Formats: sequence, C-alpha cells, structure tokens
Amino acid sequence: MAAPAVKVTAKDFTSDQDVRWCPGCGDYSILANVQRVMPELGVPRENVVFVSGIGCSSRFPYYMNTYGFHTIHGRAPAFATGIKASRPELSVWIVTGDGDGLSIGGNHLMHTLRRNIDTQIMLFNNRIYGLTKGQYSPTSQVGLKTKSTPQGSIDHPIDPIAFALGCGATFVARTIDVDAKHMQEVLTRAHQHKGTSFIEILPNCPVFNDGVWEEMQDRKTRAQATLSLEQGQPLVFGTPEGRKGIVIKNGSPSVIDLAAGDDPVAKGVVVHDEKIDSSSYAGMLATLQRPEFPVPIGVFRSVERATYEDMLQSQVDSAIAQRGRGDLKALLHSGDTWQI
Amino acid sequence: MTTSQSQHGKPIEQLTSVAIRFAGDSGDGMQITGSKFTDETALFGNDLSTFPDFPAEIRAPAGTMAGVSGFQIHFSSRDIHTPADRPDVLIAFNPAALRGNANDVRPGGMIIINIDAFNQKSLTRAGYAADPLPDLRERYKLVEIPFTTLNRDALKGLDLSSREIDRCKNFFALGVLCWLYGRPMEATERWLATKFKGAVLEGNIRSIRAGHAFGETTELFPASFAVPAAKIQPGVYRNITGNQALAWGIVAAGVQMDRDVFFGAYPITPASDVLHEVARYRQFGVKTFQAEDEIAAVSSTIGAAFAGQLAVTVSSGPGFVLKQEALGLAVMTELPLVAINVQRAGPSTGSPTKTEQGDLLAGMFGRHSQSPIPILAASTPGDCFYTTLEAFKLAVKYMTPVIVLSDGYIANSSEPWLIPDVESLERNPVRFAQPIEVGEFKPYARDPQTLARPWAIPGTPGLEHRIGGLTKQDITGNVSYDAENHGKMIALRKAKIDGIAADLPPVEVDGPAKGKLLVVGWGGTKGSITAAVEAARGEGMNVSQIHLRHLHPFPSNLGDVLRSFDKVLLPELTDGHLALLLRAKYLVDVQSFSKIIGQPFKIGELVEAIRKLHGA
Repeated sequence: MAAPAVKVTAKDFTSDQDVRWCPGCGDYSILANVQRVMPELGVPRENVVFVSGIGCSSRFPYYMNTYGFHTIHGRAPAFATGIKASRPELSVWIVTGDGDGLSIGGNHLMHTLRRNIDTQIMLFNNRIYGLTKGQYSPTSQVGLKTKSTPQGSIDHPIDPIAFALGCGATFVARTIDVDAKHMQEVLTRAHQHKGTSFIEILPNCPVFNDGVWEEMQDRKTRAQATLSLEQGQPLVFGTPEGRKGIVIKNGSPSVIDLAAGDDPVAKGVVVHDEKIDSSSYAGMLATLQRPEFPVPIGVFRSVERATYEDMLQSQVDSAIAQRGRGDLKALLHSGDTWQI
Repeated sequence: MTTSQSQHGKPIEQLTSVAIRFAGDSGDGMQITGSKFTDETALFGNDLSTFPDFPAEIRAPAGTMAGVSGFQIHFSSRDIHTPADRPDVLIAFNPAALRGNANDVRPGGMIIINIDAFNQKSLTRAGYAADPLPDLRERYKLVEIPFTTLNRDALKGLDLSSREIDRCKNFFALGVLCWLYGRPMEATERWLATKFKGAVLEGNIRSIRAGHAFGETTELFPASFAVPAAKIQPGVYRNITGNQALAWGIVAAGVQMDRDVFFGAYPITPASDVLHEVARYRQFGVKTFQAEDEIAAVSSTIGAAFAGQLAVTVSSGPGFVLKQEALGLAVMTELPLVAINVQRAGPSTGSPTKTEQGDLLAGMFGRHSQSPIPILAASTPGDCFYTTLEAFKLAVKYMTPVIVLSDGYIANSSEPWLIPDVESLERNPVRFAQPIEVGEFKPYARDPQTLARPWAIPGTPGLEHRIGGLTKQDITGNVSYDAENHGKMIALRKAKIDGIAADLPPVEVDGPAKGKLLVVGWGGTKGSITAAVEAARGEGMNVSQIHLRHLHPFPSNLGDVLRSFDKVLLPELTDGHLALLLRAKYLVDVQSFSKIIGQPFKIGELVEAIRKLHGA
C-alpha cells in the first residue's frame, strides 16, 4: 500500500463528533494514541475500518474519521470477519471491552482468533460494565461489590491474554492507557502483524471501578508492578536500586532479587522470546499477576500463520484457475438435461 | 387404458399418471433410489413432482418405525402439481416401512415388499401383533419379492462383503421398477460410474440390470405400464430441488449484478444443502463462510454488505430467530442483504425434517420495535431461483435486508425445471456511491424515488462515514437523540419499504377476476392449491386463485382483488399467519384453513375445504 501523497496527521483521523466518555476515562487516551498512530501506518484513510460492539469502548468508531461500524453487543468480530474476508485489502480494527468481548461475545472472539483473520482487536479491559452503570464483568475480581453483586462477585475472572493464547492467537499483547509511547509501539506492531492481533488495553474507569489498575498506572509504583516485555531481553523489572528478575523454578515462575552488578541471564532470568511456536511460554507469562508478580506489558507472542482471508481468496483463485471463471449458462445446464 | 404388446411378449398397459412411494430404513438408500427413479422419469419426459420424507435421526435403530424413510414420486403424461395424495404403488423394504405407509396406498393399489425382511422378529420390531400380509393380500395387489436373496444370487462371485452386497439391493428394486414403468436406466448407470468404482460399481450395475431382467421374466408381473411423455412447454429441462434452486439463484445474482457474493451460514436442517451447493462454486467468486453460530453467520453477512458484497445468509426457523437482532441492525443501517429461511416444523427444535409455513409473522414482527423488512416467498422448487434473484435486486435497489421464505417441502422436493435463457435474465449491475473530493458525504441522503440511501463502501475516498445501531440523524447519519428526528426516521424507513409495492407486478387472478370464491395461497403450497382448484372447477365450482410471492409489502392491487369475491379461502401450513395479515390490512373476512402436522396439503382435503366454503 502506497503512503498518501499529502502528509496526514492525527487530525485527519478525528471525526467531527463530540466525544462522550466520562471525564477522566482511560478511553480518551486510547483514542488519542490511535489517532496519532494512524498517519504513521501508511494506510489511506479510506481503507481503514473500525468495527465495534456495544459498551463504552464501542463508541470508538464514531470518533474516528475513517469508515466505521458500531454493531451489536459482542458480535463485532463476526462483522469484521465478513468485511475482511470479502475485502482483504482493508485495514480492519475491532474495538471491544471486557464485557462485550469476553461475556456476550466470547464465542466470536474465540473463533476470530483461531481463524487468524488479519484484524487488530483492541480489548479495553476496565474490569467493569460501564455503559449499563456498574455491574461486574467477566474480568472483575472475586468479591467485587457492584450493583448486581451487593455481597461481592462469586465469578472466577477470566484473563484476556490467557483466553487469546488458548484460542491460538498469533499476536498477543498488553498495554496501559497512560503509557502513550508504549501503546503506540504496540498498536504499530499489531498493525504490522499479518493475522489476528489481540491487544489488551488497561484503561481506568473513574466512575465505576476507579483505581483498578492504579499500581500499573501510577509512575511511583509502575516499575515494581509491571514487567516490560522486550524481544531478546531478560524478564527484569523493578527500580535501578531494586532490580528483580523472573526465573523458572520447578516448572513455575518465581521472582529473584538482582544485585547491582548481576548479569540477569547468568542468574537464570528468563530471556523473552515472543516467537516461540508453542504458546506455553506466553501462557506462563499470562499467569503473572499482582500481587505476587509484576504484570507483563508488551508483546507476549508474535508468530506467523496463514490468515483466513488469504486462504479463502486462494481457494477462489485456484477454483478459477482450474475451472475457469464460472459460467452461469454452463452451470444451469450441468448434469442431466432433456429437450422438449 | 389402452394395452399394447412389448417385444418380450408381456402386455403394456397405458396409464396417465402413477405415484410410487419407496420406503425403508434410513440406511436402505430410499432417498437415492427415489431420486434416481426421478432422474430417469425426468429424462423420459414426464411431468413429475416428488416428496422426500425422512426422519431427523441419521440412522435410527434398524427395523423400527422411527427409522422409516420415504420418497414419493408422482409422474404423468399431463401437467401435475403435487406428489399426489396417495401412492398407487408402495415398495416397502421391511415391516416397519410397510406398517408406516401401507394405509396411505390407494385402495386396490400395488404393494411390493421385500419378503426376505419379513419374519417374526422383524414384525414384532415394527410393532405388528399379527402377520399383516393375509389382510393386505385382500385389500391390495401384494407382490412379494425376495429382494435380498435375488440380489445376493446376482452378485455372487464379486469381490464384495455380504454387507456390501446387501447394500446394493435397493438398486435391484430400482431395476424392477424401471422395467415395470418402462424407464431408461442409462442415467443411473452413468451416475453410478461417477460415484463408485471397481467391484462396488459393478455390483450396483449388476443389481439394477438383474432387477430389470427379473421384472421382465417373473410371473409376479403379468404386465408392465407405460406413462407417455407429457406435453409441456418446449425447451431444455432439468430436474431441480428447492435448495439447489436457492443456491443457483445466489450464484446467478453475483453474475447478473456484477459483484462477488459473500454467503455466511451455520449448518441447520433443512437449509444446509444450500451452503453445501454454493460452496462448490468458488469459481464464480462466491465466498462461503461457515460461521461459529447463526449470529455470526448473519453478522459476517452484514459486515460483507457494508464492505460492498452481495451478501446472503441461509438458515431455518431456530437459526432465523437468532438472526433477528442483527437483522434489526441491518434495518437501522439500511444495508442490502438477503436472509433466507427454509422453514421447518416448530416451535423450538420441533420436527427438523418436516415442513411448515410458521415463520411468516416472525419475519414480519420478530424484531423489536418498528423494523420493516420486505418478505418474498418461493412457491415451487424452481421458483426458488427467481425469488432469490428478485430478493437481491430489491435489497440493493432499496438498500434493505430482504427475507426469502422457502420451506422443508419445496427444499427437498424436485420438479422438472425449464432452464432459463441466461440472456433473458434481468441484469442489475451494482452501483456504489462515487468518491468525492470536496464537501461532506451524506450517508443518509436518499434517492427521492426509492428512498434508498447510497451504498458507500470502504475504500472510497471522501466517503468515510460511521454507521451503527444508534438512532441516525436524517441526512448525516450521525448519532441523534432528537425526538422528532427519531419519529421521522421510523416513518422514512417504513415509507421506503411500503414504497416497494409500486415496484411489484400486480397480482394476477387465475380464473374469473370476480366471483364466488377466491383461494389465496403463498409459498410452497402452490402445487397442492392449484391442483385442488383445478379439481374443484372440474366439479363445476366457480373458483379463482391467487398465489402470493410478495408478502411484505403486498402488491398494490391485492385489496381490490380480495374484495372482488364473495368468499376468500386461505390454506396455510400454519395457524393463519397470512390470513391474520390480510384481515388486518384489508378488513376482508378471509377464511383460514390451517394444517400443522409437518406435512404438505393433500389435494383431497383442500377440495373438501373449497367445497364447504363454496357450497354445493
């Protein structure tokens, strides 16, 4: 795809509609970062399609000056599948949330990931239902008291990264609303990946679940609470004074302290490799959760696999190559016919 | 009846029409046997109508009533419309097949049984307390043929297991029937050669030939029968089922409208064959997508429509209702797609392989709020082709989803179909909104004639826009919470769909344009109703008939037509759905005649209903 002749900016990707999220909502920052990244991707604006389901996050397409489709609850991946399968040249982005994507839409998310349709799925995980005013979601912590769980949630939460890996996703990443540079890097990587790119984004919901990601968002605690995944680099986190690393002991991850001059690799700290074909390593990373572990941020897994839309198109192409472009008259007269 | 002599000496009796029912275990190959006999009959030049009737279970326990599968074919030297109320001949492969079907046979008709399958154990299994054969010998021409033994003898020496040999016995029976009714067997032998090879091919061919030879020599049949070719409209014909015609209509739409087709579906009886058939035609640029569920099937289809494809989804009742929310979105976003519902008997899972017309009101009112969608219904297997083409045309012209109703009966039934001249089919190349360089694109500005909004597809510079389920502002399509605008948009969408009526051909009355009694039908009941109306006229009754393809909106002259008759009778395989709509819209006292047993109408019961309303 050729880059557009005139330099486009974030403004070109901003629609004329008023943004209507609550003040302080993490979705604002995601929108701004997406609008900033878009001009850098080299895709003509008319070839970009944003597709969403229902919920706070799913209002996203209205604010992008691209093609956009705000669909029905949970089904955005299915709509996006129809778009991408029929028009592989389009850049298709799916915006969903923890309720839309993992509750009502879990089935479609699963099948889109396993088919490896070349789309980018941004799942805004604030661990709460916002637009219906504050019920617990499938990623809410056990015990969370909400309007629908006055005695606390008794649902075991699902981890979006583990879910995506379990579905055979070829690109899986996590980023945070407040880290603009990181988010833009991840979005760019997701776009470059050929296949379904799954990005869990952690935004704050100041109204119904304020502070749910505070440790990761607060600059004071972020270094201890997050683990930055970088290809070929050891899994090291913490402050310069208190460096720590992730090692595997008896098959399970654990945290070790690193002294000032320690070589993490020599100390047995795991070196990150997003290219491992088996998803078991990335699956191990997905189990790293607060408070025992830092939460990994970055690309968990990025592997190559043929995309659904390419294989579908190649079936069309090979059918035409073998049989010639379909001839309706020949079809209607195929098999046994008789003349009266 | 005239009689002549065949070259082999047995007399040949001339008949006008015959109905034969093949019945056996679901594993006995009854559907294959019936459809091969059908192909031969079609090639011979008879008019015909078939009715496959099989259980939902793939292989119910052998020999039980639950596993009985049937296939009826009615063929004639005259124009016929139905598979016939009662078969003249029944071929029963086991006692269960006999017990389930014998009472349907015309009194004095012929029953051919595989006597090898009759023993105390199998009779008990079928639920017979006593041997039924003595009684049947009194009431019918009972022909007892040891199909299993004869077939084993015929296939002796072939490198086949005894199980494989026994699986050929349906072709032995087919051979007997081919002799009995003077059918050519070449088409079946050609078909066998494409299906099998080696000993299995040879076995099947030997079976059918041995059956034919047996018919010729046995003393069980003193004569054979001839049903001369019918005098029908000249042209090239083929046999076609409703599902096949739906599939070909979908493929043809892509060709006639110059646009690739996207077809999202989820397997469901009795609609899956449409997906199977279309999946074979990727060379037409058709992309079939087997979705993870019915909701994804319709959602992917709407996505493809947004992206500019000719979009279609197919299912049956339970799947269709799962699609309603997404169809509501297609109404709101005014995108063109075709949603086909091959109706089956419900509610719930109901009887998946049985027919019904119970989803008309679901199509009309099954979505929440005001959500009008045009509805077309196909009336015969071949009509499924034209109905599908018309549905695509209306969908694109008016930027709306369109519902097509077929049913389990016409889906699996077949009829000789006059192959259309491709050149004569309407061409409707798709036209998209063109790129704009300056000014703002208005995605909800409408064509003043059709009220359709533009079809603006991704990839077109300058037309970037957002659509969705939230209430649209008139013209701009932006999200709107304005009360007056909400009402206006509801009214606009209704006016757009109602306006289609002006585009529809007027209803044509078969028979006098006014009079005593009008029989109204829709969908797959056309054959039965037409035959019944003809029979009633034969009895001297003054009866006219209309059959509706367009159920929403109705053709403009429908009210006038209905009011031109003293009485209106409406037979439906449902609880008066169309009757309700006609009564509500036109205040005409439509008399509903319902039948909801999973079976098509019989001509006799319709004639009786006509007689009752018409008066002697």
